[in-house]
Amino acid sequence: MKKILIAVLVFFNVIVQAQIPDRPSPPRLVNDFAGMLSTDEIATLEKKLNDYNDSTSTQIAIVIVNNLDGDEAGNYAFKLGDKWGIGRKQKDNGMLILISKETRDAFIATGRGMEGAITDVHCKRIIENIIVPAFKGGKYYDGLNGAVDAIIKLAAGEFVNDVTNEKKSLPFSPLIPIIIIIIIALASRRNRNNRGGGVIGGGGWMGPLIWGSMMNSGRGGGGWSGGGGGGGFGGFGGGGFGGGGAGGKW
Amino acid sequence: MNKTLITVGVIVGIILVIFLWVRGFNNSMVTKNENTAKMWSNVESQYQRRMDLFTNVVNTIKGSADFEKSTLEAVIEARSQATKITVDPTKLTPESIEQFQQAQNSLNSSFSKLLLVVEQYPVLKTTDAFRDFQVQIEGTENRINKARDDFNSTIQEYNTYIKLFPNSLFAKMFGYTEKGYFKAAAGSEKAPEVKF
Repeated sequence: MKKILIAVLVFFNVIVQAQIPDRPSPPRLVNDFAGMLSTDEIATLEKKLNDYNDSTSTQIAIVIVNNLDGDEAGNYAFKLGDKWGIGRKQKDNGMLILISKETRDAFIATGRGMEGAITDVHCKRIIENIIVPAFKGGKYYDGLNGAVDAIIKLAAGEFVNDVTNEKKSLPFSPLIPIIIIIIIALASRRNRNNRGGGVIGGGGWMGPLIWGSMMNSGRGGGGWSGGGGGGGFGGFGGGGFGGGGAGGKW
Repeated sequence: MNKTLITVGVIVGIILVIFLWVRGFNNSMVTKNENTAKMWSNVESQYQRRMDLFTNVVNTIKGSADFEKSTLEAVIEARSQATKITVDPTKLTPESIEQFQQAQNSLNSSFSKLLLVVEQYPVLKTTDAFRDFQVQIEGTENRINKARDDFNSTIQEYNTYIKLFPNSLFAKMFGYTEKGYFKAAAGSEKAPEVKF
């Protein structure tokens, strides 16, 4: 009994300890909680990252926080990446550039699926050669933009966006013409059968059945990321982080 | 006559309820058990990754002339000890986890000593290869920590589940026992901190 109590206490303690910000709503790839970037700079980066997500399904998120709540930059980054689910679920192709303003920490965390293309050593080089020099001169946008470019270059060809229906507002739209054709075909066959006066074609029932099941599968296909607002970022996909990446201080 | 029918009905009903209960318990235990084994294999492969990395470092050092041999051999010895200790992923007893952790710790500490010795060889420690090793060692430690955290929370879920009533009764019946955790980082568990 005592053990359970301790376990429960420890469990809640862990939750309380990690003060990771909640997922942004509406979802955004660039999240500046510390006011280091201008509105224009955020918009430019957001567009770049969103376009990249559209073409490759790879999600690169930038998160700028005031401090790390006493945690290590890497730890904080992995927790945040897992909590937000950056990257697609099966591919784990998320990247997180974490900046902590007060502690002057920069950390690039790689999702499990990105570890092959972007090694820890790559991350370290991007931090040391691009982010740190730019940040030292107060050029935060240049540092982040350069880091994003470097990541995109390294990850070239690694992933393609093969999930076409994930961002469209009507996930089942390509199926509609096919379904209509099936229904018409079945209906006309039934009519013919009826005219022939005899065999009642079971096919007549198939139309609504197929229609129904397709509607269901279209709607039920988990993690619906309603791409409202015309071309905005559709949402994080549930990717996981395994501890890959590297960091540094500026 | 009527009475016996009712009795039989009640008994059948109770048996059915218990059966469904036990079946539900057993099914979720199978999943949870699978999960802990999966998490363990992740932990193991991260430790394996570290051992491979250590081997690379050792081989790099070996190549350089007149390096103090005794520290190198200590690492090689600790490595072969650590590979001998394996954990049965279907059991994951607290003792086996602790043994595994101890073997890995002693490998880690002998490796830390090796890195300290490297400090005295400026030619060696300033090479690009060694700077990359430093980053890789940090990354490996991060991965190990992450894998251990994930493992521990899976184990915690499992252990809590089998201790709850009435699961505790069924757990005994089916022989599901408590599994082991990784202990929190003691001093020796910290990543070898060396600035090249």
